[in-house]
Amino acid sequence: MTGTTMTRNQPLRGRRRTAGWVQFAVLAVLALAWVYPLLWIFAASLKDDASIFTDGLGLIPQQWNWQNYAEAWQTAGFARYTLNSLVVTTGSVVVVVLRCATAGYVLGRYGFRGRRVVLGVLLAASFIPTGLAIIPIVQLSTELGILDSTIGLILALSAGGNVAGVLLYTGFFAQIPDELEQAAHVDGAGFLRTFFSVMLPLSGPITATVAVVTFIGTWSNFFVPLVFTFSDPDKRTLAVGMLAFQGTNSTDWTGLAAGATMSLVPVLLVFVLLQRYFVEGIAGAVKS
Amino acid sequence: MTLVSTAPARRAATTRPPEQARSRRHGPWIWLFLLPTIVLFGAYTVWPALASIWYSFLSWSGYGPERPFAGWANYQLAFSDPLFWKSIGVTLLIIVVTVPLRVLLALVLAIFLNDPRLPFARVLRTAFFVPVVATTAIIGIVMNFVLDPAGGPVNHVLGNLGIGPVDFLGDSSAALWTVMGVHFWKWLGLTLMYWLAALQTIPNDVQEAARVDGATARQRFTHITLPMLAPFVAIITMLTIVETMQIFDLVQTMTGGGPFFSTLVTEVYIYQQAFETAKPEYGYASAVGVLLGVLTLVVVGAAAIVSRLIGRKGAVQ
Repeated sequence: MTGTTMTRNQPLRGRRRTAGWVQFAVLAVLALAWVYPLLWIFAASLKDDASIFTDGLGLIPQQWNWQNYAEAWQTAGFARYTLNSLVVTTGSVVVVVLRCATAGYVLGRYGFRGRRVVLGVLLAASFIPTGLAIIPIVQLSTELGILDSTIGLILALSAGGNVAGVLLYTGFFAQIPDELEQAAHVDGAGFLRTFFSVMLPLSGPITATVAVVTFIGTWSNFFVPLVFTFSDPDKRTLAVGMLAFQGTNSTDWTGLAAGATMSLVPVLLVFVLLQRYFVEGIAGAVKS
Repeated sequence: MTLVSTAPARRAATTRPPEQARSRRHGPWIWLFLLPTIVLFGAYTVWPALASIWYSFLSWSGYGPERPFAGWANYQLAFSDPLFWKSIGVTLLIIVVTVPLRVLLALVLAIFLNDPRLPFARVLRTAFFVPVVATTAIIGIVMNFVLDPAGGPVNHVLGNLGIGPVDFLGDSSAALWTVMGVHFWKWLGLTLMYWLAALQTIPNDVQEAARVDGATARQRFTHITLPMLAPFVAIITMLTIVETMQIFDLVQTMTGGGPFFSTLVTEVYIYQQAFETAKPEYGYASAVGVLLGVLTLVVVGAAAIVSRLIGRKGAVQ
């Protein structure tokens, strides 16, 4: 009995494994096609001005022309843009994490008058299309006198939306056992200490998700920094800086590729290293 | 089972201070913690939504204090503006063409990528995700060069094959399809992520039980996987539509709405009316924005109803 199942199963398992590899081969070709344009950009950033035209879609540069990076960094202003992107993105991540964590904490752990109203408004507002808010936001920033400032840009990027972040924290803090809070209370910790030294550290995975999603979204945002830096090109981020680069040095394609690579590598690196947290944040949208 | 579920409640009733009392003790702290969200969310989300509606009834260029009430004038202007209708048509065409393709092909891809027999599944998934996180504006700018008819690499290769040159972005009959192609390539991975998350909700032991009962792979797919995925069709279609309506970055950097308005999506039209003309029209741009918001709600609502019907039919079968 056992003998026959063994012999019947053996070739089946073998066939299954082969099927897996056939599937893998087809998917691998497709996957390569999907990353090819990005690989081409990275390769083009190392080519010289002539071979970028003659190489077509080839990936291997004839010689590694690191000069393109130095030029983009120094003459095309990418040093400035990179710094701006870093400051604006870091600022936004800090603001978003702090405001989502604090709001999620009290919404998740305290029953108070007005709680339902706050949650209701948050949920309703998540249906507002974000792109439509730009004119009033520009107007508000002008009146506050922060339209051309880094602070104004950080606020415009980090203040709206992010309902998902608040709800992630709310759900997380709601399921932390009360004993923990009581223990902190017995040890003499007040409201603030309990939050900052017990609760916030516990929410590490949620903080990672919110931070990674915010980082990627802010780094790549184009509309808001475009409108906010019309009158002050020095405040441009990488995504917007690329546009100006295209206009002024329209023939320097290798420099453009180098600039694109510099802008893409940080965000792709963050994604590949912290992919789990990003995918979790996206998955939350489907499951809720 | 009962023991487990009542234990925390009982414990809470005896040892935990009543929630209201706890809240009263911490009242000021609670509102202090909510303050950043209330202030920022109010100023940057709730107020702009209301202000957009208010602005849409003003005759206002954006400069100076002169902004008289205009009633429905901006809306009447929009309804008689051929470019407004053109932009709505382009936006809807992009949705009708790319959304079903993305939802279906991403589902097929997700099922293959979710197969436990597949080697290197993680690496393959990452490859499809990577374009999603790449900055859209930069992709758009680089594509301008990649697809250039004179010196771009794609036309170089086509030329070697004796084809072309094809003016992908400069030809008004090709530009929209080119933009859709790049958009599809870039965002397929996002819909794929949604489907992979949906597939994770199907418990493995159900599949295993069916396998033990002798169900073939195909039977398991049509009788377990598909019905269990049906409820997700609506939400994934809606998320994909909403995301497609925000196509500004790609169109603005690839074509700016041209040539001859062939890729003029409504978001780009709003931007042009508000920020890109010598004579900005905040009032008119706001009215078009409100109309786009209404259209978004209508399209998403319709998609929800249609996919729910499909989902129910699938579940019955």
